[in-house]
Amino acid sequence: MTKGQVTIQNETGLHARPGNEFVTFIKTLTNCKVEIENEAGKKVNASSLLKVLSLGVKKGSILTVYCDGENEEEALKKIEEFLANLKD
Amino acid sequence: MEKRITGIGVSPGIAIGKIYIFNPKKIELNKCPCKDPEQEKIKLLEARNKTREQLEKIKEIASKKVSEDKAVIFDAHITLLEDEDLLEEVNNIISDDKVAADYALSKGIEIYKQILSEVEDEYLRERVNDLTDIAERWIRNIRGEKILDLSALPENSIVVARDLTPSDTANLDLDNTLGFITEIGGRTSHTSIMARSLEIPAVVGIGEIINDIKNEDIIILNGNTGGVIINPTEQSIEECEKLKEEFDKKRALLKEYAHRDAISKDGTKIRVYANIGSPADLGGVLKNGADGIGLYRTEFLFMENTNFPTEDEQFKAYKEVAEAMSGHTVTIRTMDIGGDKYLPYLEMPKEENPALGWRALRICLDRPAIIKTQFRALLRASAFGKIKVMLPMIVSIEELRKAKNIFNECKLELMKENIAFNEALELGMMIETPSVVFRAEAFAREADFFSIGTNDLTQYTLASDRGNEKIASICDPYNPSVLIAIKMAIDGAHANGIIISMCGELAGDLLAVPLLFGLGLDVFSMSAISVPEVKKMIISLDKSECAMLAKRVLTLSTAEEVKAELLRFLEMHERGETISY
Repeated sequence: MTKGQVTIQNETGLHARPGNEFVTFIKTLTNCKVEIENEAGKKVNASSLLKVLSLGVKKGSILTVYCDGENEEEALKKIEEFLANLKD
Repeated sequence: MEKRITGIGVSPGIAIGKIYIFNPKKIELNKCPCKDPEQEKIKLLEARNKTREQLEKIKEIASKKVSEDKAVIFDAHITLLEDEDLLEEVNNIISDDKVAADYALSKGIEIYKQILSEVEDEYLRERVNDLTDIAERWIRNIRGEKILDLSALPENSIVVARDLTPSDTANLDLDNTLGFITEIGGRTSHTSIMARSLEIPAVVGIGEIINDIKNEDIIILNGNTGGVIINPTEQSIEECEKLKEEFDKKRALLKEYAHRDAISKDGTKIRVYANIGSPADLGGVLKNGADGIGLYRTEFLFMENTNFPTEDEQFKAYKEVAEAMSGHTVTIRTMDIGGDKYLPYLEMPKEENPALGWRALRICLDRPAIIKTQFRALLRASAFGKIKVMLPMIVSIEELRKAKNIFNECKLELMKENIAFNEALELGMMIETPSVVFRAEAFAREADFFSIGTNDLTQYTLASDRGNEKIASICDPYNPSVLIAIKMAIDGAHANGIIISMCGELAGDLLAVPLLFGLGLDVFSMSAISVPEVKKMIISLDKSECAMLAKRVLTLSTAEEVKAELLRFLEMHERGETISY
């Protein structure tokens, strides 16, 4: 398993359209299970929009991303890149 | 027998049609134990596929009828529907509890609704409603029930519903729908926003009526006033037909003025702005060609919340408006609570005279954290458009200075935090009290701009409660004392080279427009729908003629004399005659 930390930069966090885009993106990472954890220690499946929304991720939130599976390091890199470029 | 009721008019226009009650039957869940859990899981999955197809179709219809932008909401609906964790949860309920798919799904959805409700966020509260909408459709598909929708309606229908979901409105049969009425909802509800986008007259928040009406009965709705008449008399129908005809004709004629500049015959350019209560009103502003926003009433943002909105929540709303107006002025008023507006979460003392009591800026200066949060949000949003900030209910220079100090503190904080904002952002004030009018010049030396709020200025000048019907005839903005106050404010502003606008009801009143133009008002701000009409009027006027009219009006003794003189001017103006004094 590989993990990394990301600070959310976009204004609306993982809400609305960005949340939907994030989940849709995670679903493209085949053979790799992705989980995200908020600062309060709540860890959820990143391909579930409902679970992602329940974290209440806002601008400035620090997320720990866990990738487990084939190409996990590459997947983590892609996720970090995706979140850094996420627009509202 | 005719019955009149009033709700909130959220989309203008008048419609006379036949009632179409849209009241889908409540789902009765199958709570019996199931015989074959695996079969139930198959039913669940098949119904999910069918629901996805329906949502994709609705998305396609919505993007054609409304806009691509509004249709995007259905992408999120589809993602929510396809949530694998939700499916797994429901499958587990079927296996563990041996219950039918529809019952298990409703239990699964309840779990998620509970999880989302625990996160304090307005957006997530809306997602809970989306989840209910999706679940209902999915459950009906499991049960093989026909899904009632509004895609085929009888001719001339006025839809009456408890509420309309996004998919209901997206499906609406526009060829046969004249308007809609909902029992619940407010100005910013989804239904209201859609109604304005679709330009269909609508009234929401009418209260419980579905049980008291029948399909095909005649109904009249007035989206301008919020009035609804059930089973109207012949006379009421005739009156409304006349009103509708006038409204539709005027709207069609005025359309061509919406996007013209309001330049009078002598070449004076006047800016005609619109007033808004939330970003949801932007559609009307843009469609009616307003040159900017003269008043954004932020208190609705506070009133629709269960807590003080956070800096980020406020920033999001202000930024949305600033960006949508792409470089045009957006004048945002700080929280104007108190008087006749309350916040459920702010303990306010019971006062003998709330209009003269703890309200608006007075609350903010007592509780600086409230205005600091708002100032920071406003400053941050100023990096995304031409925002101006306006302070309400000022009576003394001390108040203005205190507010400016807090404003400057916020600027310093943001600078230290390296957060971008417009350093030249203007901080202006409203002219609502006689104490400010008497010393308009002194205030104009310290404020960046003025805006006259005629409703309160009239109330305070004439010591008459604007909400008390018994004294409505006294509380008249055409009273010469109010007009003199307006002149003093305009002169005070111009003596110090600052701009003065009017964002009260009077600015959109055609009778007053020539007078206000003659007095030298720079900006007129009103309901968006009045913008084309006021532009048309200004284009037809001559400033020196209006200045003479203003001079003459200020010599008159009563409000009735003033109105008679203004009416005489308008009548002669329409005939192309010039008045000489």
